[in-house]
Amino acid sequence: MILVPVGEFPAQLLAELSRRSGLASGPGIDAPQSAYHARRNQYDSTQLLCRLKQFQPGAVMGVTQLDLFIPVLRYVFGEAEMGGRAAIFSVCRLREEFYGLPPNPALLIERAMRELWHETGHLLGLAHCRDPLCVMSSSHAVEQVDTKNGSLCRDCQCRANVLSEERGIALP
Amino acid sequence: MSEPSGPLDRFSILVVDDEAVVRDSLQEWFSQEGYQVEAAASAPEALTALAKSEFDLVIADIRMPGMDGVELLEKIQAEKLEAAVILITGYASVESAVRALKLGAFDYLTKPFDPDDLSAVVRNALERQLLRRENRQLRDQLASGGVLSEIIGVSEAMRKVKEQIEMVAAVDSTVLVEGRSGTGKELVARAIHRLSPRRFHPLVVVHCGALTETLIESELFGHEKGAFTGAQHRRKGKFEAAMGGTVFLDEIADISLKTQTDLLRVLQEREVVRVGGTQAIPVDFRVIAATNRNLEQMVKEGLFRADLYYRLHVFRIYLPALRERPSDVPVLATHFLEKYSRKMGRHFHGFQRAALDKLSSHAWPGNVRELENCIERALVVSSEPVIRAEDLVLGEGRALAPLSGYSLECVEKNHILRVLEEFSWNQTQAAKALGIDRVTLYHKIKRYELKQSAKALSSPEAAVKGTRG
Repeated sequence: MILVPVGEFPAQLLAELSRRSGLASGPGIDAPQSAYHARRNQYDSTQLLCRLKQFQPGAVMGVTQLDLFIPVLRYVFGEAEMGGRAAIFSVCRLREEFYGLPPNPALLIERAMRELWHETGHLLGLAHCRDPLCVMSSSHAVEQVDTKNGSLCRDCQCRANVLSEERGIALP
Repeated sequence: MSEPSGPLDRFSILVVDDEAVVRDSLQEWFSQEGYQVEAAASAPEALTALAKSEFDLVIADIRMPGMDGVELLEKIQAEKLEAAVILITGYASVESAVRALKLGAFDYLTKPFDPDDLSAVVRNALERQLLRRENRQLRDQLASGGVLSEIIGVSEAMRKVKEQIEMVAAVDSTVLVEGRSGTGKELVARAIHRLSPRRFHPLVVVHCGALTETLIESELFGHEKGAFTGAQHRRKGKFEAAMGGTVFLDEIADISLKTQTDLLRVLQEREVVRVGGTQAIPVDFRVIAATNRNLEQMVKEGLFRADLYYRLHVFRIYLPALRERPSDVPVLATHFLEKYSRKMGRHFHGFQRAALDKLSSHAWPGNVRELENCIERALVVSSEPVIRAEDLVLGEGRALAPLSGYSLECVEKNHILRVLEEFSWNQTQAAKALGIDRVTLYHKIKRYELKQSAKALSSPEAAVKGTRG
């Protein structure tokens, strides 16, 4: 699996995500105009996933700082094909600045790593977990991202080990 | 926010929307949440899916060509399907929201919704579904005789008992349950109550043998303030407390002739006068009485009022002793093995053949209670996952507790046990010999957890006297 920036993305943050996850970063792609929703000023994550799949034949993890949505929801932190090969997550709503707070680069990288791991879990076929500390618990707000302890719970880890072997996707 | 318990994949959701992009994204969203999700592109397609399988939740768009979401909701209501319905729309309108809710929609959401809102609404809906499901299961359990599953036994005799319970539960007749100590008379009374139309009212249990004459009057009929020394407050009796329910009078043979007269009056008049009171209070209850003695014989001997006996003897259920139904022994043993395994948090696979043979060849004078104690003890002492014959202590081994200490308490316990054995567990005679009253003896038996030994139970004298364990 490779890490692909979608749209403009800070090089330093990409390098840090790549270093921590052990995923190689590939060349970036532009977000297609068709994915942009002017009234919402957001990008349709499902369309970005399609673009990523066209671009990359193997497993791909898109990373972006664009604000993402799916039609029925006001926003999403990320989207992944369950048991598929493409996922994307955004750091837009992971930044403290988004909530009117001073920047916190260390916190941002922690949050981004949790989202990266979470979406990878979906790619493996893991559903949301009931344990709020598990990285596979669902997060609808950044506070929930912060609650997670950054790793899988024991049950999810067991499932992930099996699925990872089956699917050939390594966990970050 | 409370959450539905158990794995989420038990819950199924049907997404109904004519817009593929909405349908797909919701389907993907709920799949990731761990639910089982299906999608339908129209209301008729949704009805076909609902006819094929049961869904816990339907999330439907209001605006769809042909049949819209509200019509779909009406159809679901008309078909009396269990699914909760959440309606969604891209066009917020108070009127349509109110109409949807009036028609029975669980909630109403306007697109696009906040992920948190969607998650909360879905969880609330599923929590209600879970409660409904549990409620239905309990009702089904009641209807299918789930209550009777607590009465363990595969023998013909127990099949007959279960039939009788079902038969008499539906009517309001007085029931007399007869059987030796430890055969499960209270269990039968509870089953009758739980299957009866009175099940939503209390079941009040009175252990007549444990109460003195004065106490039993006050217990059964209540008392007014100052009725006797210590009656500082007015108190309702058991018949009043039953309030439309059932009164279970255990060990009915132990009540005095005077109390028998009072009880007969209550059964006839259906009203009580509290001790120390003058006003008759109407009461509504059903009586189930139980005895381990031969009431008919007691009537002949003048120890029990004939008119009360006939009033109680409207419907008789005889609980056979365990030795009369040997085929139930392995079934009961397995039941208690599972019960105490769960309680102790240990796992046992079952019994060795020799252990089962040992259980089957025993006479069980203490009946089911003795068997239960035997299995519980075996589980405590066994270090193996399978109960062996040597883990089972039967008969003589339980006759008399060895002198386990020199404290007064220990000596008193052993002495009381010895005297009780001497009088074949006739508590009246034992209390007299010990120089204490019967209630004190009863409390001491409870306190020291004294149990009737196999030897005393199997003695012919004990059978005639009707011993109590």
